[in-house]
Amino acid sequence: MATAVESALREALAGPAPGAAALCALRDALAAAGGEAAPGPRERERLGALLRSLAAAAAAGPEEPAGPWRSCFAEAPPGLALSALLGALGEPRGAAPRAGAGLRALLEELERLVRGRLAAVLGELCQPRGAAELGAGLLGAVVALPERLSSGLQGGLQGGLPALFLPQNYFPLLAAAIVEALHEVAAALRGGSDCSISFLSHVLGKVCVRGRQKEILSVLVPRLADLTKSDCIWQRICWRLVECVPDRCMEAVVLGFVQRAPGADVLSRLLGNLVVKNKHAQFVVTQKFFLLQYGYTTAVLQNLLGYLSLDSLRRALLIKVLQELLETWSSSSAVKHSPPEQQEYISKAILICLSHLKDSEIESCRQELLTSMMEGVKCHLDSSLPQIRRLGMIVAESISSKINTDGPVLKFQYEEDDEARELKSLLVQAPSFCVPSVPDDSRKEKADAALPSASESNGKSHTAAAHVVSDEESDTELDSDDDLTPYDMSEDKELKTKAPVYIRDCIEVLTGSEDVDKWEATVKALESLVRKNPAATREVSVELAKILLHLEEKTCIEGFAELRQRAQVAVLTVDPIPVAQYLTSQFYSLNYSLRQRMDILDVLVLAARELSCPKVHGKTKHVEKPCVQLLPASDSSKDWRRIVDERIKSKTRRFAKGPSQVQVASGPNEFNSVAGHFFFPLLQNFDRPLSTFDLLGEDHFVLGRLVHTLAVLLYLAVNTTAVTAMGKALMEFVWALRFHTDSYVRQGLLSCISSMLLSVPAEHLLNNMTEELLETQSWLGDVVEKDPDGDCRRLALQNLLLMENLKKKLNKTVPS
Amino acid sequence: MAAPPPDPQFVLRGTSAAVHTLHFSCGGQEPDVPVLFSGSENGLIHVWNLKTHRVDKALDGHGRKSVCWVETMDGKDRLLSQGRDQKICLWDLAEGRASVTDSVFTENVGFCRCSLLKVAEGRWLMAMAAKALDEVQVLELPSKTSVCTLKPEAGAKLGMPMCLKLWQINCGSQPLLLAGYENGSVVLWNLSMGKVLSQLFCHQEPVMSLDFDSEKAKGISGSSERVLSIWSLNEQQNLQVHTTHRLVNSGISDITIRPDKKILATAGWDHRIRVFGWKKMKPLAVLDYHTATVHCVSFSDHKNPSERLLAAGSKDHRISIWSIYTQT
Repeated sequence: MATAVESALREALAGPAPGAAALCALRDALAAAGGEAAPGPRERERLGALLRSLAAAAAAGPEEPAGPWRSCFAEAPPGLALSALLGALGEPRGAAPRAGAGLRALLEELERLVRGRLAAVLGELCQPRGAAELGAGLLGAVVALPERLSSGLQGGLQGGLPALFLPQNYFPLLAAAIVEALHEVAAALRGGSDCSISFLSHVLGKVCVRGRQKEILSVLVPRLADLTKSDCIWQRICWRLVECVPDRCMEAVVLGFVQRAPGADVLSRLLGNLVVKNKHAQFVVTQKFFLLQYGYTTAVLQNLLGYLSLDSLRRALLIKVLQELLETWSSSSAVKHSPPEQQEYISKAILICLSHLKDSEIESCRQELLTSMMEGVKCHLDSSLPQIRRLGMIVAESISSKINTDGPVLKFQYEEDDEARELKSLLVQAPSFCVPSVPDDSRKEKADAALPSASESNGKSHTAAAHVVSDEESDTELDSDDDLTPYDMSEDKELKTKAPVYIRDCIEVLTGSEDVDKWEATVKALESLVRKNPAATREVSVELAKILLHLEEKTCIEGFAELRQRAQVAVLTVDPIPVAQYLTSQFYSLNYSLRQRMDILDVLVLAARELSCPKVHGKTKHVEKPCVQLLPASDSSKDWRRIVDERIKSKTRRFAKGPSQVQVASGPNEFNSVAGHFFFPLLQNFDRPLSTFDLLGEDHFVLGRLVHTLAVLLYLAVNTTAVTAMGKALMEFVWALRFHTDSYVRQGLLSCISSMLLSVPAEHLLNNMTEELLETQSWLGDVVEKDPDGDCRRLALQNLLLMENLKKKLNKTVPS
Repeated sequence: MAAPPPDPQFVLRGTSAAVHTLHFSCGGQEPDVPVLFSGSENGLIHVWNLKTHRVDKALDGHGRKSVCWVETMDGKDRLLSQGRDQKICLWDLAEGRASVTDSVFTENVGFCRCSLLKVAEGRWLMAMAAKALDEVQVLELPSKTSVCTLKPEAGAKLGMPMCLKLWQINCGSQPLLLAGYENGSVVLWNLSMGKVLSQLFCHQEPVMSLDFDSEKAKGISGSSERVLSIWSLNEQQNLQVHTTHRLVNSGISDITIRPDKKILATAGWDHRIRVFGWKKMKPLAVLDYHTATVHCVSFSDHKNPSERLLAAGSKDHRISIWSIYTQT
């Protein structure tokens, strides 16, 4: 048979172009040979050359060549045909646009081949005697087929490529072909013959590494999951498939499998002990996946960790992973510098790991767990971002509950929201099936059972009530010699204690009174009292501020902190200079808690905001009072004015376009004269640590608040006379702190820059602070590129935009 | 269940100041309309027509100083008013007039309300706090002659008089004076001898108000404390504590026993009016309408019992009028 093919080949290759008759003979010979006995290397070579020349002729000519050349491709060994076709179609061409019928015919032939015989191509290469020299070229051809075609035919074809050759269609087809080829392999193995699937592994690896995981694995993984369900040969085949993937493609393949496997048990069937055998896969799974990236969903994490926990060999890796995760979690540098999303990812992974650990395993590493928990909770609680603090609390609680099964466990106070609940739910291994809900019947039954008892108790209470009433009646009857029947007096409750009416009384109550009710009433009334009696407040303002600063919550009053804060703000606005001096001096003095220092900052900000807002006197007050009153003289005169104005407005026709609206209420900015007192003392001592208060050290949270406060104060000081000096001072302050490690502080610094750009007049900025501005600009550029915190990057970008706007504005004004 | 307490029958608004004193004059015959006099903190005395519920007249005779006491002398045409300008004025309101015909300068700076007693036709006695802080002076009206000056013994330490009540057992008998003092005691004075007959120490705080029922020889007093004190006068003219009644909230500014001696009303600092049966001090009603301290309570002198009214004046500028226990 081989000789028939050989002679046909010789004949066909004799002339410059093979004649039709020669091709017919060749086709018949090929068909007769079938796939049974593959041609020898010599024949293959010749056949390949013939096919290449046929394809080249078809591609080059404007017309489809005559003769049965198509059937030669259909009958030739699929690998040879494919490489010949791709060679002709994919080779880069000159600019000459051509869309010959021959080219179209070649494409059709290729499409037919890919649709029908792709599996055969792959199967051919799985044979132990599969041609190695052919393999390398064909591998690239199979994997890169869509790219080659599209680049080779760029613009050369009307109507574009057939849909089959788009990646989203081709790779699923390739996946199906791989499965088919694997079927053949399985059959061969069952038949006792030897087979290699490394070619398939290479195909898979290459496709994955080229970023087509989604297309190929979304077909391959479910099919394989199905096939491996009960067949151990298929399981072995599958393990072998992934094991043979070249190292440099391993990551892409493993991650693709992990992401797409529907569950940990499926993943375990598909991958086997790959992570134990293959160093590269192990590195990917234990290090890269957890510590170097954080984009995967919780389900993927659960998949992978579940996979690790399912085999005793892999469990060692699970513990190793947990140790490494904990090491990162408890490293203060990681907590400070990595983005919150990554920290959440790590925390989730830790929780899932914990859920998989057995008691004995925990026992073996209890000491380590404890140490890293202590370390980690410390640096998490130290963070100024609330979400990081909460993550720390949740993880620490979970670890502690795992390692202390009988002793006391850690318990933190945090808001129990959906996120916290989700995190905690990770600690319980997700059950593989849902608990069936209680059937409706039984529920109804229960309700029925509950109903009579409820009505029964109702009835009881009724009778009891009736009884009581009759008792009362008899009572009144007995007492009826006084023929006056009393009215219901149940509403006669003790009146709430009256709040003091004078500021000095308040001071007395707040400092010395033991009467809790009175104290409460005083705290509640203080703000309005202060606002109503500014003169009286001024006499004792500093004393009052001091008392309020030290005021502790004696009883549980709703909104105590807010009440105290409002009273403080009221005192500060009524008498700004001495109170601001007092408060700012206290900010840097000894023996205050952090809470008190932050209170000071809050109060300063709120009071500054109030002072800087224009107030509308009279009008709003007039509206607020609902009770009937004689109209006070001054108000009525104002009203009269307004009415007349409105009347004039309605009767007057205006021709100009000028602003005829009533102007927005405006007033003097009361903050103007006092802004400096609020601002400068806060800048003074930040670099002088006290024994109890170290702003630049561990109290960086207060520093963050301070920086934010300064930003707000500067923003509120817009249009005041002191603003330029303030801006300059703040600039220096920001410059000193710009590389602070805490992201909250950095955010504050960036806000400072924003308020400076917004508040300080542009000409002052450019005249007095040009150099600083340029320095800042380059620093901002750095932050935009390199800062790990997303908010910082955003703020810096915003600042750059503000600077840009400033520049534009100046460019506009300068030439004119 | 006991009925819920009634709402006020009507409310008089428009004094535009805290109301400190009230006095009804409803005893007149048909063409006369019943009126209510009210004295308020802005120095005005309003004459309220109880048919129309409107102000008939506003009398301004105390220089815008608070009016603390008003009382009529024989019908509504002659009115006595006491103000914080240290003057007691006699008004002639007959035939639409509104003029001060006479006045007494008390020189007293306290808050003590006067007390008036008709001892004979056309002859009245009026007790008032005098210039010296602890003294009480009794004048005869309309002649304004001083009857006596009641001066506590040296070292008695009674403090200022806070409230006064002139009374006599029956017409023609010797008038007596009950006075509540700053130190919490109630003192019974004999006017003709100018001597203390009895002293009862019944409160820890200054006595804010007292009233006395001469038929039962029993009186009641209230202070800023949380108790009402009920005391009685025995045959030997000795005052002794009868009972005390504990209140829900502290502070009583006025106590009035209804002329028929069946019930009494108190004006509380807790914004509430309390009504008690006088016989046994049985609590009858708590009238909760006002939104500030109630300063005074007063019962009307209607001839027909079913028309009788109770009025209360409060710091919230309102006067509430109640019709309560009129059938008994």
